Amino acid sequence: MNDWLLFDPMFRVPFFTGLALAVALSLIGALLRLRAEWLAALGLSQVAAAGAMLAVWLSGPALLGASLAAVGAMALRSMLQRVGNSHHALMILIGWSATLIIGAHMDHGQVVSETFLRGQLYFTRHEHLIGAVGLLVVALGLYPWLTPRLLVTRFFPDYHAANGIPVWPHRLSYALLVIGATVLGTISVGAFPAFALLFVPPWIGFVLVDGWTRSVLAAVGIGVTAYVASFVLAMVLDQPFGPVLTALLVGLAALRFVSTVRRRGGEAQPDGPITETRSAPPSPAS
Amino acid sequence: MASDPLISVDQLVAGYTRPVVGPVSFAVRPGEICGLGGANGTGKSTLLKAITGIARSFSGRIQRLPGLTLAHQWQRPELPPELALLGRELYALLGADPQSPPAFIKPLLEKPLYAMSGGQFQLLQTFACLCSPARLVLMDEPTNNLDGQALEALSTILHALAPDRAVLLVSHESTFLERHCTSILEMPR
Repeated sequence: MNDWLLFDPMFRVPFFTGLALAVALSLIGALLRLRAEWLAALGLSQVAAAGAMLAVWLSGPALLGASLAAVGAMALRSMLQRVGNSHHALMILIGWSATLIIGAHMDHGQVVSETFLRGQLYFTRHEHLIGAVGLLVVALGLYPWLTPRLLVTRFFPDYHAANGIPVWPHRLSYALLVIGATVLGTISVGAFPAFALLFVPPWIGFVLVDGWTRSVLAAVGIGVTAYVASFVLAMVLDQPFGPVLTALLVGLAALRFVSTVRRRGGEAQPDGPITETRSAPPSPAS
Repeated sequence: MASDPLISVDQLVAGYTRPVVGPVSFAVRPGEICGLGGANGTGKSTLLKAITGIARSFSGRIQRLPGLTLAHQWQRPELPPELALLGRELYALLGADPQSPPAFIKPLLEKPLYAMSGGQFQLLQTFACLCSPARLVLMDEPTNNLDGQALEALSTILHALAPDRAVLLVSHESTFLERHCTSILEMPR
């Protein structure tokens, strides 16, 4: 009977909410990987879950609580002179413990805390769908402007400062995208499945194909494929969606071994001459 | 009359939490290749970072020609292990024309970064800066990790620099500085 549920109108909103998030989170995950800040996503997801729990405990909207907690954590993070994985690990621990401690003081707290950590996609409503589609539209709209700036910062760290180009617009845009992704992901699919969508698709995509755009497209393709497959599998097999999505993404990580074999042919060689006949003198820089 | 300097550094003392270089004064004019020499730890790289604005200037001043554009090739750039960027994508980041790169680096343009050696990656970054539209190129130990053929290519492009551009080049290799620079400032210990 479960296969009929797939086509039930009541599952359309959850399906399209998750689909929009699968695209947006895979895309934003690529930017996190570019900046080597993917662990921050798990930290923010956990803190967002704690914020959502606190809001529910105080009879407020979970989305507002998650957003305020994530913005607060991001603001604190930006005040640190040097941010490393230790700080992100601390965010994970604080978020996880706060979520469960708050849950221990609520009626049905264990169930509520588990839904924020594990996911509650089937209970998403139109507000979640609007948020997810909004995030996707903003992410796609910002991508062509934001990505070159993040790439320049990665390889030429002082280029913007040296040329008097303000960095706050792209730093703020990036931060808001990451906050939006972790908050909406946590509220809709749960903290760990959201992190899995941010982390795993780019992790595979970046070693599967060569070239930035192709890698990002591969990441999005992996994220969407895993999402659709897990939505169907969870329903047909009557399994919890979040863990199925996470397990499927982890299983897809086997694709990395394929790329490892492919890359063996093109591994970095020891420094030596670049073999090409120089038929023309180098062009003058102008 | 000599043209206005692209950049003038006057009695600059720079560093991070405390001063590590200076006071130092010099100017770089269009068409010049200025060398900064000296032993390790004399603050050559810090001086370049003070010019780009990420190291702190404690006293003195840096005056730039209005509208001056800069590119900075870092010493020992970090080669990301799992970023599938192609050489041509990196090369184009600062606006270098991907259609007309020096013939010498063409083989690198279709190569992903992970398949490059440290020397090849540095070479690509160096040429991305030199072939960008930036009028002043700051180069920090560009000869590190380069073999003879790559050094020769670097020499060629330095000598073919457009007359409205300039290079400020840090190197501990005095022979390279003497061969290529129009002026050399030796940093005191």
